[in-house]
Amino acid sequence: MTDLERHAYDVLVIGAGGSGLRAAIEAREAGLRVAIVCKSLFGKAHTVMAEGGIAASMGNSNPHDNWQVHFGDTMRGGKFLNNPRMAELHAKEAPRRVWELETYGALFDRTPEGKISQRNFGGHEYARLAHVGDRTGLELIRTLQQKIVSLQQEDEREFGDAEARLKVFMELTITELMHDGGAPDGPVSGAFGYWRESGRFVLFDAPAVVLATGGIGKSFKVTSNSWEYTGDGHALALRAGAKLINMEFVQFHPTGMVWPPSVKGILVTESVRGDGGVLRNSEGKRFMFEYVPEVFRGQYATTEEEADGWYEDPEHNKRPPELLPRDEVARAINSEVKEGRGSEHGGVFLDVSTRLPADEIKRRLPSMHHQFLELADVDITAQPMEVGPTCHYVMGGIEVDPDTGASSVPGLFAVGEVTGGMHGSNRLGGNSLGDLLVFGQRTGAGAAAYAAAASKDRPTVIDASIDAVTATAEEPFQREGGESPYTLHQELQQVMNDLVGIIRREPEMQEALDKLADIRERAAHLSVEGRRQFNPGWHLALDLRNMLQVSECVARSALERQESRGGHTREDFPGMDAKWRSVNLACHLDPATGMVQLTRQQVPTIRDDLMHLFERSELEKYFTTEELADFQDVRQGEDDQS
Amino acid sequence: MTYDGHFRVWRGDDGGELVDYTVEVNEGEVVLDIIHRLQATQTPDLAVRWNCKAGKCGSCSAEINGHPRLMCMTRMSIFEEADTITVTPMRTFPVIRDLVTDVSYNYEKARQIPAFEPPADLEPGEYRMAQVDVGRSQEFRKCIECFLCQDVCHVIRDHEDNKAAYAGPRFFIRAAELAMHPLDARNDRATFARDQQGVGLCNITKCCTEVCPENITITDNAIIPMKERVVDRHYDPLVWLGNKIRRREH
Repeated sequence: MTDLERHAYDVLVIGAGGSGLRAAIEAREAGLRVAIVCKSLFGKAHTVMAEGGIAASMGNSNPHDNWQVHFGDTMRGGKFLNNPRMAELHAKEAPRRVWELETYGALFDRTPEGKISQRNFGGHEYARLAHVGDRTGLELIRTLQQKIVSLQQEDEREFGDAEARLKVFMELTITELMHDGGAPDGPVSGAFGYWRESGRFVLFDAPAVVLATGGIGKSFKVTSNSWEYTGDGHALALRAGAKLINMEFVQFHPTGMVWPPSVKGILVTESVRGDGGVLRNSEGKRFMFEYVPEVFRGQYATTEEEADGWYEDPEHNKRPPELLPRDEVARAINSEVKEGRGSEHGGVFLDVSTRLPADEIKRRLPSMHHQFLELADVDITAQPMEVGPTCHYVMGGIEVDPDTGASSVPGLFAVGEVTGGMHGSNRLGGNSLGDLLVFGQRTGAGAAAYAAAASKDRPTVIDASIDAVTATAEEPFQREGGESPYTLHQELQQVMNDLVGIIRREPEMQEALDKLADIRERAAHLSVEGRRQFNPGWHLALDLRNMLQVSECVARSALERQESRGGHTREDFPGMDAKWRSVNLACHLDPATGMVQLTRQQVPTIRDDLMHLFERSELEKYFTTEELADFQDVRQGEDDQS
Repeated sequence: MTYDGHFRVWRGDDGGELVDYTVEVNEGEVVLDIIHRLQATQTPDLAVRWNCKAGKCGSCSAEINGHPRLMCMTRMSIFEEADTITVTPMRTFPVIRDLVTDVSYNYEKARQIPAFEPPADLEPGEYRMAQVDVGRSQEFRKCIECFLCQDVCHVIRDHEDNKAAYAGPRFFIRAAELAMHPLDARNDRATFARDQQGVGLCNITKCCTEVCPENITITDNAIIPMKERVVDRHYDPLVWLGNKIRRREH
């Protein structure tokens, strides 16, 4: 191992998006030595792409808002499959985490009173999203990045070394987690990876590892996700012995660009609809009125007049159906296109030009204006946009303890999109950035506490483990004449897009599993040219293994769940089935064969006080009669006692 | 609408060379699409940075026919089919390989700027700022750190030895952002810009403003006001006397 570079830290954070940075800040502020590893340059993580805002019930725009209302919205959005403790913590702590960003220097848009302005978004009862125009993610990542720099400046003053307690390893990819003494079911003891630039191998010894790697979108052809989203953390956790839950739930954002082909999938923010944009089909009809599902009937406007009145007077009008949760809108667009009422390039029309003055559009949606003008020759202040669904977010991920972010593997923590449970079967817009901050803080604290306790008896990495993971990483160079990783990746994306996409059918998912097995077999024989120094072909070859494992989890879970709910729509089982509401599908790797295994487990029970935030009549839409046998509406109960 | 495009791409490190490629171009594509097609079909080890492919992350900076640009926002339709398009790495930074440069200079400069200092008398949640006041700093916070302004700035593009004393346009807007932040508790931002960042070396040719993909008015809205503040603070006799008496600089 002469070529091996080695570092020792208390906490290793893998991923430098919002969740990883927030976790690192917390662990460092607890006094520990923290390393952050990221595949790109510092400050380029996918969080930068988040546009709309951070959902937090600060009540700046509507004083009726509070954590209970936010909790209720989150549960409805997730169709009550959410881990209720996560949804509760998120709703309670999000305001604090947003205000904290201001102390780091963040500059949100303001209300006339000078408070943080909050905007409307799908599924949120009140205007709730703290935002900066339509570039909130950039503000979030830059603010956290600058906070990290400020902590490094403190260390510079105190120790004469800016990186004494917090160091960012940029353009470094982790390929495997290490276990104490090499025992595959033991606690984690660090991670192994390579510098993307030089190809040199690196080992991190660390008792606590935080996975903050984001999502899996690069397994799909049409996606809003960047190349980094190859499911690394999901796959690392699987191979380390952790469980993934809810992997069948993949969010297709209703509005991605559809033309020109090279930009297909790039996100068009939900803020366009939150700020008044409407969806029309090729006949000019606002079709969303036809698609309000039974569970949301009564909460959304039924006429254009009422919907339009809501923007000015939300007390006396119901919300426009364009602001239904994302899964509903994506399915509706899909149906319109399928029934021949789509646009020229296979989307529908999203129009804000007839709804707001041009100056207002440029002020509220500057990057959308820029993006369409530059990439599609469309001026959104004068013309409608063509949009269609794009793979955007995975609700499923590593099962963690809500309070600390700990996975079932000792020393292994996870936070953000790589975790499962918080968003149930469908995430509301704006709840992702809140998730990163709330659970970033909690997971950083959880990992720090664990690492501090483990400091006396640090877990070890043995040489045999290092030899094994080195050999795996080098394999693609050892073979000649195999297929190119680019070819296999394109095939994988096509399979997932066509066969496990927005609308799913049993025979197609069976076919997908067969094809995934075939690609997996061929991937085991692929070969890569050149050397280890900055070699994108080699990088993709290693990422491909992760994408294949994660894709199999998605396909197997999707085949198993015989109902439609949130980000999982079965043409052969179109309805939501209350019996499935309490079921989490969990994936793990069989230790003997290394193959994905599926088990069923119970969704954590919702505490009584949280259940009573809803009326029985609403719960009846989601829960079985048996589950509600003892449930009484609070008000009704009070009446009985009086 | 598909045609064979002619490309010359920098391969190798500082001692590398331009290599000619003929590669398929389709309607609606951008330069980054073509670089990706080269990777997938002809040169699997062509090194390039990119992330979002939507002009939001600032990773895919390069020089296209000599102009600093984001590859993801440079549409092929601005060229003629017969043109040869030359893609080279940013010249101001050392080449690591192909189109990837060592941009660590920027991270070092970022670390030298004193961080936002929160007001001592306000708790989280108590911050009140008017939109018109935060708007000025918000313009600079649109920066995606593509470093094209740094690349084009001739103070460091043509004079390597200036790098130590000069922070560059990206960090002048950071200084201006903090100076104009309504609640930043420090009042030495202009002094820092003069003494530590070398803002005086900038001679306002506005090249940075021209290449900014976010259309930030770097020179007029940040650099010139910072230069003016330097003058106000250090060369205005009344301000000088006031500072001596109150000793507010820290």
